[in-house]
Amino acid sequence: MTASPVAPDKTTQSPPPPRDEAYERKLLSRGRRGRFDVKVSPYLYISPFFLLFLVTGLFPLIYTAWIATRQWNTSTGDAGWAICGKLCDSTDPSWLGNFQWVLHQPDFWLALRNSFSIFLLSTIPQIICALILAAILDANLKAKTFWRMGVLLPYVIAPSAAGIIFSQVFSDNFGVINTILDGIGLEPVQWHASQLASHVAIATIVNFRWTGYNTLILLAAMQAIPRDVFEAAVVDGAGRVRQFLSVTIPMLRPTLIFVIITSTIGGLQIFDEPQMFGNTGTPGGPDKHYLTVSLYLWDLGFNRTTIGQPNLGRAAAVAWLLFIIVVVIAILNFLITRRIASTSGAPTKKKKSAKKELAR
Amino acid sequence: MSSNQVSVAALRQYGGNGVANAAARRRKLGVTSEGRRPGWVSYAILTVVILVSVFPLYYAVSIASQADTSTQYGVEALRLGPALFRNLGAAFDELDFWHALGGTVLVSTLCAVSTVLFSTLAGYSFAKLQFRGRGPLLFFVIATMAIPTQLAVVPLWLMMSKIHLFGSLWAVIIPALVTAFGVFWMTQYLEGALPYELIEAARVDGASMIRTFWNIAVPAARPAAAMLFLFTFVAQWTNYYWPMLILGSNQKAVLTTAAAALRASRFTDYTLIMSGVVLTAFPLVLLFFFMGRQLVSGIMAGAVKG
Repeated sequence: MTASPVAPDKTTQSPPPPRDEAYERKLLSRGRRGRFDVKVSPYLYISPFFLLFLVTGLFPLIYTAWIATRQWNTSTGDAGWAICGKLCDSTDPSWLGNFQWVLHQPDFWLALRNSFSIFLLSTIPQIICALILAAILDANLKAKTFWRMGVLLPYVIAPSAAGIIFSQVFSDNFGVINTILDGIGLEPVQWHASQLASHVAIATIVNFRWTGYNTLILLAAMQAIPRDVFEAAVVDGAGRVRQFLSVTIPMLRPTLIFVIITSTIGGLQIFDEPQMFGNTGTPGGPDKHYLTVSLYLWDLGFNRTTIGQPNLGRAAAVAWLLFIIVVVIAILNFLITRRIASTSGAPTKKKKSAKKELAR
Repeated sequence: MSSNQVSVAALRQYGGNGVANAAARRRKLGVTSEGRRPGWVSYAILTVVILVSVFPLYYAVSIASQADTSTQYGVEALRLGPALFRNLGAAFDELDFWHALGGTVLVSTLCAVSTVLFSTLAGYSFAKLQFRGRGPLLFFVIATMAIPTQLAVVPLWLMMSKIHLFGSLWAVIIPALVTAFGVFWMTQYLEGALPYELIEAARVDGASMIRTFWNIAVPAARPAAAMLFLFTFVAQWTNYYWPMLILGSNQKAVLTTAAAALRASRFTDYTLIMSGVVLTAFPLVLLFFFMGRQLVSGIMAGAVKG
C-alpha cells in the first residue's frame, strides 16, 4: 500500500478561495504581464501531477481495459480478441473471453476467498488494537516519544523482509512458535500447510507492520480532540470506557473512515507478504492455501513459464475484476463506518447542516 | 489543574455540591488539563507491544548469527550464534550491497523530493489560487487515489518495455514522481496554514506568482512537506511489487528485490538469507533511530491541523 499519513477529512470539500474583487485585484496587481502570470500559473502548478497521471495512470487504465479484451501473450503480443476456449465451450473470439476464462478458474475463486480471509483477519484486529493503543498513548505518559517510536518501528521494515522473517518464525518444523508450543506440551500448528493457520500467520505479518502506523494516525486525530469535551463528559459522570465509546470514537470519524478505507484497498491487494511467506516456487504454497488475487494476477501475467503464457490479457482481466471488488468493498466499508461512528450523538448531521448554513 | 488543587470542602462551601462532586470525580478518574494519568497496566501493554515490535528483528539477527547453515532452528535460534559477521559479510558480497543501497537511496530520495515539490506546487494552486475548473480538478485528484496499483501494472509494464526502460531504475522512479495523495495532503494543509493576506501582500509588493509561491507558500508548507517527504521516502524504500516486476534481471539494483533474489537463489541457507534481510533492513532502521523523533512529532503536528 502507498504511504498515507494523517487522515485529513476526505468527506469535506475544501472551500474555494475568496471570490472577492479585492483579492483578485491584488493578485493582478502587475499589469498585462501580471495578468497573464495570474491566469496561467495555477494551471502550470498543477500540470506536473496531471501530466504524470496522464502518462502513468489514466493511459494505462484505459490500456488495461483494452488488453483485458485481447489475447495478449508476452511472446506473441496482441493476437486478436480473447478466446475463452474449452472451459466455456466457445472458441469464438469475443471481448469477454478473458473475463469468462478467469471466472471459470477455480484458482481465481480460491484466491479471492484467501484474499478476503486474510484481509478480514488483518484489518479487524489491526484497527481495534490501533484504537486501544492510541487511547493508551493519548494518556499523559512518561517518555511519550520513546513509546511512540517503539510502536512505529515495524513500519520501517519492508513488508517483503517481514514476510521472509515471519516465514521462519512460523516455520512448520523448526519455527520458534512451534518449538515453544511443543515445549509447553501443545500440538505444533502447520502454519504453512493449513489454510486457516497460514492466513493467521500472513495476517500477523500485516498487523505487525501496520498496527503501529495506524495507531499513530489515530493518536494524532485523538490529540486534536479538545480536552474540555472529555472534561465535560467526566462531569456528566462518564467513565473511561463510556468516554471512549461516546466521545472519542465519534470524534474520530473522518480519520477512522480514512484508516479503514486505506486498509481495505491495501488489504485486498496484498502481495508482498504471501509471496515471501511461501518457501516453494509455487505462488501461494504447494496447496495454494495462501494464493491471493494479486499473486494470481502476477502468476498469470508475469510468472508462468509454460507454453502460451504468461498471458497479459488474462492478468489484465483479473486486475479489472480486482478493481471492481475493491471499489465495492470500499464503498460498503465507508457506509458501514459512517453508521458506526455516528450512532452516538450524531455529530454528522449537525456538522453538515452547519456547513450548509456557512455556505449560504 | 487549578480546580484539582482546590479542596473538596472549599468547593462544597462555595460552589455547591454539584461542583464538588464533579471535582471529586475528576480527581478519581485522574483527569488533569494535561490528560489522564495512566496506570501500570498501560505501561505493561506498551512494553509487550514494543517487545513484539522488536522480536522479529532480533530473530532475524539471531538466525543470521548461527554458524551451522543446516541448523534445525528452534529455540537455539533465540541465542545469538558466533557467526554473525561472517554471514553478514557473505550476504554483503552476494547482495551487491553498495549497489543496491545506492539504487534504493536514489529512488527514494528522487521520488520523495519530486513528490514534495510537485505536490506543494499543486496544493498551493488548489488551496489559494483562483482558476476555472478548480473544484472538478481537485475532485478528480481525490478520486484517483482509489485506483489500485494493480490496475495499471500490465500496461505500465508493456510501456516501459517498449521505451526500453525495462530493467532500469527510471522505470521504478517515473511512475512515483508525484502522487495524488501528496497533492491532496498539501492542499489540505495549505488551506489552513497560509493566510490570504500574506499572498496579497506579496503580490502588492510586486512579486511574481512563482516568487510568491517560493517565498510565501514554501515556508508555510514546511511541516507538512517534511511529513510527506518521510512517508514517500519510506514507501519507496520498502516498495517491492513494482520493482520486482520491472527490474527484470536487474533485481540487485534495489534492496527489497535484492533480498528476494538472494532468497530465491539460496532457498535452503537461511543464515545467509536472514543476513541479507538484516542488511537490507538495517539502513532504514538506523535512519529511524536518528529520524524517528521527527517522524513521530511530524505525525502529531499534522494532527493539530487534522
